[in-house]
Amino acid sequence: MTSLTRRYVFSASHRLDSSELSAAENTRLFGKCNNPFGHGHDYVLEVTVAGDPDRVSGLIVPVSWLDELVTDKILRLFRNRYINLDVAEFAHLVPTTENVTQVAADLLARDWREYIGGEGTARLEKVRIEETGRNSCEICLN
Amino acid sequence: MVITRKAEFSASHVCRIDSLSDAENHELFGEEANPNGHGHNYVLEVSVEGQVDPVTGMVMNLKELKEILEEEIVEPMDHRFLNREVPPFDRVVPTTANLATEIWRRLESRFAESGRALVRVRVHETPELFVDVTR
Repeated sequence: MTSLTRRYVFSASHRLDSSELSAAENTRLFGKCNNPFGHGHDYVLEVTVAGDPDRVSGLIVPVSWLDELVTDKILRLFRNRYINLDVAEFAHLVPTTENVTQVAADLLARDWREYIGGEGTARLEKVRIEETGRNSCEICLN
Repeated sequence: MVITRKAEFSASHVCRIDSLSDAENHELFGEEANPNGHGHNYVLEVSVEGQVDPVTGMVMNLKELKEILEEEIVEPMDHRFLNREVPPFDRVVPTTANLATEIWRRLESRFAESGRALVRVRVHETPELFVDVTR
C-alpha cells in the first residue's frame, strides 16, 4: 500500500471545561488546561492519503488539491482562533485533542469528494494532530 | 520486532509530463514542474521486521543495513539529477510516491534472505511531506 502524508501547522487557543461537571471536577480532570482564560498551542495536523500512484503522473493526489481542502476547511477555521468561542463545532464540545482530531477528520471527509474525488481515487486514511511535541491523537478512517 | 534506519540523500528532480502544457503541469505538480528542476534533502526511513537473534540481540546488524542502503540508494541517488541520471526516472515522473516505490523495489529483494522482511519505506521529500510504502 502507498500513502502520502502532509503536515500543516496552526496556532490556536482553547480551554478544557465541561458544563456538565462541577468546578472541582473540571480542575481535577483537566488540570492547567482548565485555567479560566484559556491558553494556546501550535498544533500540527498530519493528513494521510492512501491510494495507488496514478500510472501517468505518479501522484497519489496532487498536493495542491489537498492543500486547498485543508486550507479551506481546517486552517481558515482554526488558525489564530479561540477554538471554544470561534469554531461553531465546539460550542457544546470540549476541545480536547481527541475532539479536535475527530472534528478535523469529519470536516475533511465531508468535502473530500468535492476537492479530491469520489470512488476509485485517493482516500482519506488517517488524521493525526499533535497538540504539543508530547501529545498527539490519531484517527484511522479505514 | 521492527527496526528502522534512516539515510539521507540530496538530489534534484523535476515533475513534468512532456505531453501536457505548462498550465496542466502546474495544475498537477505545482512548482515541482518548473522546467529546469530543483533539489531536496530527502530523508529515507527503512523498517525491517524479524526475530531478535538470541546470541547477538539484534533483528539485523545495523552496519549491514547501512551498507545495503548505501549501495542500493545513497550511492546511486546522492547528488544526482534523478530524471537524467537515475533510471527509471528518465521515463517515470520522480514524484515522492514513485521514488518511494522504486526504493522499495530496490530494497525488497535484499531482505528476502534470512527471514527478515522489509515492512515500510518512508521517504520525506520535505519535513512537511512524506510517502509510505508498506507491505
